[in-house]
Amino acid sequence: MIPYIANTPEDIKEMLRVIGVGRIDDLFRDIQPAYAPKAFNLPPGRSELEVTAWIHRLASKNASHLIPFIGGGYYDHYVPAAVTALVSRGEFYTAYTPYQPECSQGTLQALYEFQSAICALTGMEAANASLYDGGTALYEAAMMAIRITGRRKIIMDGGVSPIYRKIVKTYTSNLHFEFAETPVVHGQSNRQEIYKILDKDTAAVILQNPNFFGAIDDHADIIAKAHQTGALAVESVYPISLGLLKTPGEMGADIVTGEGQSLGLPLNFGGPYLGFMAARREFIRKMPGRIVGETVDQKGRRAFVNTLQAREQHIRREKAASNICTNVSLCALQAVIYMCLLGKEGFKELAQLNLDKAEFARRQIEQIEGVEVKRSSPTFNEFTVYLPQDASEVVEKMIAKGFAAGFPLGRYYKGMERYMIVAVTEKRTRQEILDYARCLREVLCR
Amino acid sequence: MPLIFEKSVPGRRGLKNPASDADAAASIPQKYRRAKACPLPEVTELDIVRHFTALSQKNFSVDTNFYPLGSCTMKYNPKFTEEAARMPGFSGLHPLLPQLRQGEKLTQGALEVLYEMEKFLCEITGMDAFTMQPLAGAHGELTGVMMMAAYHKARGNKKKYVIVPDSAHGTNPATVAIAGYEMVAVASDERGVMDIGELSRKINAETAGLMLTCPDTHGIFNSDVDKIAGMIHAVDGIMYCDGANLNAVLGRFRPGDAGFDVMHVNLHKTFATPHGGGGPGAGPVGVKEKLVPYLPISRVIKRSDGTLALNYDYPESIGYIASFYGNFAIILRAYAYILLLGKEGLREAANQAVLNANYLKERLKERFDLAYDRPCMHEVVFSASRQAKRGVHALDIAKFLIDKGIHPPTIYFPLTVKEAMMIEPTETESKETLDLFVHVLFEADDLSQRNPAYFKDLPQSTPITRPDEAKAARDINTNYFKA
Repeated sequence: MIPYIANTPEDIKEMLRVIGVGRIDDLFRDIQPAYAPKAFNLPPGRSELEVTAWIHRLASKNASHLIPFIGGGYYDHYVPAAVTALVSRGEFYTAYTPYQPECSQGTLQALYEFQSAICALTGMEAANASLYDGGTALYEAAMMAIRITGRRKIIMDGGVSPIYRKIVKTYTSNLHFEFAETPVVHGQSNRQEIYKILDKDTAAVILQNPNFFGAIDDHADIIAKAHQTGALAVESVYPISLGLLKTPGEMGADIVTGEGQSLGLPLNFGGPYLGFMAARREFIRKMPGRIVGETVDQKGRRAFVNTLQAREQHIRREKAASNICTNVSLCALQAVIYMCLLGKEGFKELAQLNLDKAEFARRQIEQIEGVEVKRSSPTFNEFTVYLPQDASEVVEKMIAKGFAAGFPLGRYYKGMERYMIVAVTEKRTRQEILDYARCLREVLCR
Repeated sequence: MPLIFEKSVPGRRGLKNPASDADAAASIPQKYRRAKACPLPEVTELDIVRHFTALSQKNFSVDTNFYPLGSCTMKYNPKFTEEAARMPGFSGLHPLLPQLRQGEKLTQGALEVLYEMEKFLCEITGMDAFTMQPLAGAHGELTGVMMMAAYHKARGNKKKYVIVPDSAHGTNPATVAIAGYEMVAVASDERGVMDIGELSRKINAETAGLMLTCPDTHGIFNSDVDKIAGMIHAVDGIMYCDGANLNAVLGRFRPGDAGFDVMHVNLHKTFATPHGGGGPGAGPVGVKEKLVPYLPISRVIKRSDGTLALNYDYPESIGYIASFYGNFAIILRAYAYILLLGKEGLREAANQAVLNANYLKERLKERFDLAYDRPCMHEVVFSASRQAKRGVHALDIAKFLIDKGIHPPTIYFPLTVKEAMMIEPTETESKETLDLFVHVLFEADDLSQRNPAYFKDLPQSTPITRPDEAKAARDINTNYFKA
């Protein structure tokens, strides 16, 4: 007995009679005996109570007690209760892609509001209704730049998340585009290295702000230089930082992407997350993904629809801008609710709070002998720390003290084995930061 | 209804931030700061709750309406899986933890979910290994076709074309093009399946592979899949199975047994995870032995001591296709669903899905033209061509259904059927609901004979009537701030 099936034996008998067959098996006669499964060894069904208890047991095997000072593009921000309550409404989460606008105005208007909020955040003119995550959004941006410019080379700044760089590289190499990375520095973008390889074949220069090391930059000069050669500038951003930081729009960027996890989404062990994309208005027809537009109904009332669908796979098939279909609408809804709850002042205040707490943590950490916080440029809520020992070992020892102390850079950067990046969000208390610094001192002095 | 931005009143707040308990007050140099505060709305929490609750009420959803949207498997999404996904032990877990030294120990529960799901999906589909990483069906397709390309590259094969039937979902041809292949279309025959004669003429030494939806998009099981696989394999091509319709054949047919080399599974369809108004979904990809070396990294492995770990050491891998390990919270919901249903329950789900679809087929066929009059799988494709002759198109019938509180079937697809109405009731709907649906469609048919003009201004019961889509594309307004 499955609680989600309604047909009773009597119903089934009557339905089979209407169909004109004796048994359900007869409905499957196109699947000849030769196709019978070679195996189908799955456990027997269990009750909701038993499955829930089992999932609880699995959950308890994860170290959710660690106090997180780990970021790397994915941050432990507070998720207000109203966010969870509203996205838990079945009318939102059990609907699908709004193909029928008359009975999907809720999703459509919310996505229009999301697009507007993303434009406000990034200082751009047009946004889409979401992509899978920050990494795949950056790949879509690279492809979009290739489509717009007709060029084949992508330049990736070394300060872009190494995870994102690996993703973009997977696609560009499998799709036979040229991919060039500039050497890594732990401060701002290395202009000279970018200019050395920037040429007439370059479709896009991809930058990140703040970069993976936490460094804040103003990329206006690089963007201007890219434009001189006819290349586009793509900026990957951390949305919370845009409460304070200069927007990609103000810097002159052409395409902006980012990971929206920090906008009210749980960490969820890597997903679902929220990829977002915004661009200059002239490029809207080259954008991938769903775009919601405002129009009017037959009576002249405001209405929302999926628009510019001629870009999309269900219309254009092999000529589509992207193959994306299902994206992450519910995560976009989550993000717009979050941004509205914070509001104009609250969002700025939250960014300042992150900045202040990170500054406090930085000062505590700097006092530890042999430890050095790299500060060749301003940082936001994450910064690079040099340790007198191997960072992986230090982080491992800090786990025993109850902290996820940071992310060791040696994982992705050769020669940076003694560095880690440390993130401090609004959730970290003064006491946690003081305890962290004390434990780090103990670990290093032993 | 006003936008949330239009409800903004300066000075209102929706959330109280904590006061800073840090002594530090840092500031960022002016040169790096934005000129003006981000113009988010200034509203109270109640404003927001009312606004988004009111918006939610403008939606049709599985929780509120019958939603027989063909090819999307809009079955009921059990509530307990939502609770499972929100357990703090999972929802608070940072994805970089297992990448720390000895960090795998911190996430054994989460890795177990991934490892067990891979095992379950292999058993369900007959594949040898799965990657859980693809974040949606189309993402799975691209991953699969990139593996196809890696296979040919490794073998020194010169391949140029991927064959896709004309009934395929739009993501298939789009994927082929993005992956750098040329698409070759093959038409459907009078039985509604891919024309095998045309296929044999279009296969050549440069055929990289075939993408076939199985059961196919006409709701039909193609009995020739093994023969087709033989033809593709004869030129060392790869058989790709679009698993969008897996719900029909659970426990009855495994693509891996019938010659398919690679497939994706839409967890949000077959395994009851919510569709979210257009995602998030998940599109894990399974492969047979010959494609295993090309799977994306990382992969979850079991060490000899029984602990689980992430392995990145696969030199032939296509690389990173996603940031982490897939849409974990979606995978977790599907895992919980599979555990609850178990072997018999999954088979029963397919049985009832197919029964419900065939019941609708029989009941409706006297008034509506069947695209293909033969037993169907979990969905059935009708054509409103009879009604269209009276001036009432599939779109008009769709709007009539909306007025009756029923989400319309898929009508823009498949492109092979004019005036298509692709109906997928799923196993979770009762006979009463199906009977009501039949009754409403008959009413539409009656009206199409008596008063075809009636349909033109439908729907009327919804928050809006038909929107002007041409205006939306002409006078582009996608952003409140640049309207």
